[in-house]
Amino acid sequence: MEQLAQFYAVYGSVINFIGINALLALSLNVTLAAGLLSLGNAAFAGLGGYTAGVLTVHFKLPFVLSICSGGLVAALCGLVVGLPVLRLRGVFLAMATLAFGEVVRIAAVNLEITGGAEGLTIPKVTETWMIYLALAGFAYFLAVLRRTRLGWGLVSMREDETAAACLGIHITYYKVLAFMLGAMMAGVAGGMYAHLNYLITPRDFGFFIAVDLLIYNIVGGTRVWYGPILGAALLTALPEILRGIGVAAGPIRMFVNGLILLLVILFLPNGLASLFTRRRPVPAKLEAA
Amino acid sequence: MNLLAQQLINGVFIGSVYGLFAVGYTLVFGVLDILNLAHAAVFTLAGLSAVWLVQTGGLSIWIAFPLATLMAGLLGLLLNQVAFVPLRKRADSQFSGLISSIAMAIIFESACLGLFGARSVRFPQGTVAVQVWHVAGVTITSLQVGIVLTAALLMVVLHLFIRRTRTGKAIRAVAENERAAMLLGVNVNGIIAWTFFISSALGGAAGILYGLYFDQLGPDMGRSIELKGLAVIILGGMGSIPGAILGGVAFGLSEVLTVAITGTSNLRDAVAFTVLFTILLLRPSGLLGRVKLREA
Amino acid sequence: MSALVVRGISRSFGGIQALLDVSFEVAPGTVHGLIGPNGAGKTTLINVLSGLLAPTNGRVVYRGRDLHRLPPHQVAGLGIARTFQNIRLFPTMTCLENVLAGQHLKAARPLLPRLLRLPAAAREEAGLQTQALATLARVGLQSKADHPARNLSYGERRRLEIARALAVDPSLLLLDEPVAGMRRRESAEVADLVRALAGQGMTILLIEHNMSFVMSLCARITVLNFGRVITTGGRDEVRAHPEVIAAYLGTEEHHA
Repeated sequence: MEQLAQFYAVYGSVINFIGINALLALSLNVTLAAGLLSLGNAAFAGLGGYTAGVLTVHFKLPFVLSICSGGLVAALCGLVVGLPVLRLRGVFLAMATLAFGEVVRIAAVNLEITGGAEGLTIPKVTETWMIYLALAGFAYFLAVLRRTRLGWGLVSMREDETAAACLGIHITYYKVLAFMLGAMMAGVAGGMYAHLNYLITPRDFGFFIAVDLLIYNIVGGTRVWYGPILGAALLTALPEILRGIGVAAGPIRMFVNGLILLLVILFLPNGLASLFTRRRPVPAKLEAA
Repeated sequence: MNLLAQQLINGVFIGSVYGLFAVGYTLVFGVLDILNLAHAAVFTLAGLSAVWLVQTGGLSIWIAFPLATLMAGLLGLLLNQVAFVPLRKRADSQFSGLISSIAMAIIFESACLGLFGARSVRFPQGTVAVQVWHVAGVTITSLQVGIVLTAALLMVVLHLFIRRTRTGKAIRAVAENERAAMLLGVNVNGIIAWTFFISSALGGAAGILYGLYFDQLGPDMGRSIELKGLAVIILGGMGSIPGAILGGVAFGLSEVLTVAITGTSNLRDAVAFTVLFTILLLRPSGLLGRVKLREA
Repeated sequence: MSALVVRGISRSFGGIQALLDVSFEVAPGTVHGLIGPNGAGKTTLINVLSGLLAPTNGRVVYRGRDLHRLPPHQVAGLGIARTFQNIRLFPTMTCLENVLAGQHLKAARPLLPRLLRLPAAAREEAGLQTQALATLARVGLQSKADHPARNLSYGERRRLEIARALAVDPSLLLLDEPVAGMRRRESAEVADLVRALAGQGMTILLIEHNMSFVMSLCARITVLNFGRVITTGGRDEVRAHPEVIAAYLGTEEHHA
């Protein structure tokens, strides 16, 4: 028990970060599952985080309400931004969401209510168990989602949008839904993050975070629910692991990150999760869901 | 009035560097339909290398510039070989190419960090003899003129290369229709390598000019220009070289004017990105770009 | 009362007139052929019918319902399913999964029972799987149920696409070159399937270059050339029609 407490004292913050990053990675996964290359989830996390933070600090709202409101605001923004933007294909969509993200970040830097560049000070409420509870909930939700009509529709869209449309799948509606769902999840994660470390700044939700989320998904694998979690866990823990073997922050750590991503995309395109997923042969008779 | 003219001149100067950078981006996109996000890292590496060559190597800028530009081109070849060639046969090569370019960007940036350290540097005093002129109420330095001239020269050379030489025509052919080009006997792989060489060389040149202009270089100088470069090529039209140049200048002007009008540099990027966002929604092909995008 | 009425459909791309004033009718429960040399506009017409392409002029009416400006998913919702000339399967999914994906309109698969792991959800899923397997069996692919779609042979892929289209439970099936590249035995099996489907009341519009396939199945045939209808009529009429013969003269036609 002693050892556990000690372990937690040292690695507690890494464990927290792994949880938050996994939540964020999952939020992006929903959007990616629809075939949408969105780089906007960091911004949605920021919207959720700042909303929740402002509600807690200025309006004294209870924690859970703040978080939920943050998620809601993010989802609404997802709707407003998604409708026009989701018509764009591939790279164009990525750039539009990126531009959106930058505008949000710059707004956060310049507005009074968000505390400007110095950020917002928020009381700490989030505990590790809360993060992991949310993570478990989201992961379960996503795993089940795959087997619903929406889930099948998303996967079909991703494989071939034209064929999917001709099978009766309402492409735009599903895209917006996936986008909103991802935004909401990111907003909730952002809200939890806001109440974790006493302070949030616009930097926390910027371009690099957005790219990081994409990397977590690629490295971990986008086709299974635990892929993004795996990617987030590995890449968040990596600096600690490297530090343990004597590699401090700096070029080598960066290089390892880049190398992992390169090796994955070249040799393991479905991510590390594909090492664990064996194609389950479907029996020729009835199979329970 | 003079202030406005001054701002416009400044806008054109910085815009020409943006344009040069964007041309490299758009060249690769035009030929391969891939966004090479490692472009900014090459930009940074070339700039820092040039400083090193001048400062530690004692070379004159007139030698360091072409040398570092050449090195950037070679980096482009490396980039192509390692990150894009293995993915060419894949069905999702547009997406996976993007990802591997991100990976290479990170690797290149780590090289920057490792080789040149984290602090910002500048070209040593006297690298370029600077004369200041006052013309019609505006102030121009010979450095600025030199930068614009160099950028313009490179772009003219590129234009002639694309239009007049056989390789250049082959590049256009591959950009238009890869299959047809191959059937006509074009060595597509070779052309792609050429494209990366040229694109990265131009990006590297832009990095050196950028460093000379702002008198400051650091491992994160690629950060700000990366996003701006994207905005520029969207504005000008992806795949269009004149568009990239036009877009670069327009972008430079808008930046400078935003700062002049609002009196602060805070909103500068916000305006840029809002413009980018709007253009994507209204006319994704940009000012001069191709309307059709190759089906992913 | 015709199931499908095509009236004056025109479509141009820039300067090219892909379809001009195409009109014909398809009787319900029949197999109607759509033939013509390459580039005649057959696939363009199917794209218009399935909602992927908007006509510049004209109307399509199916069972009294005007299809004007309907997006493809709504067209599918009216009971119209199709296959693609270039085959658009879901490559990383297995055969069974491709068919399961095709059940979209017929399978509710609601979220809540699945979240709560209610037995009703498992029952529903089991039922859907059985149905999907049965559909695969109709095209003779039940033994390949768990094979990834991209590992299939060319002919098998065409059959899988038909199975996926059948999963929509359509009343109108648009087949775009369903037996291209197939051997005689395989195409004969597909012919049997098409006949059986029509026998059950399905209406089928069939594009094919394989003349014996078309002639063996289609009582009525529409012939397109350069985007225009040359003629619509019974198979003997069409076979003997001078313009039809002229249109095909000089082109190597594949007679299986």
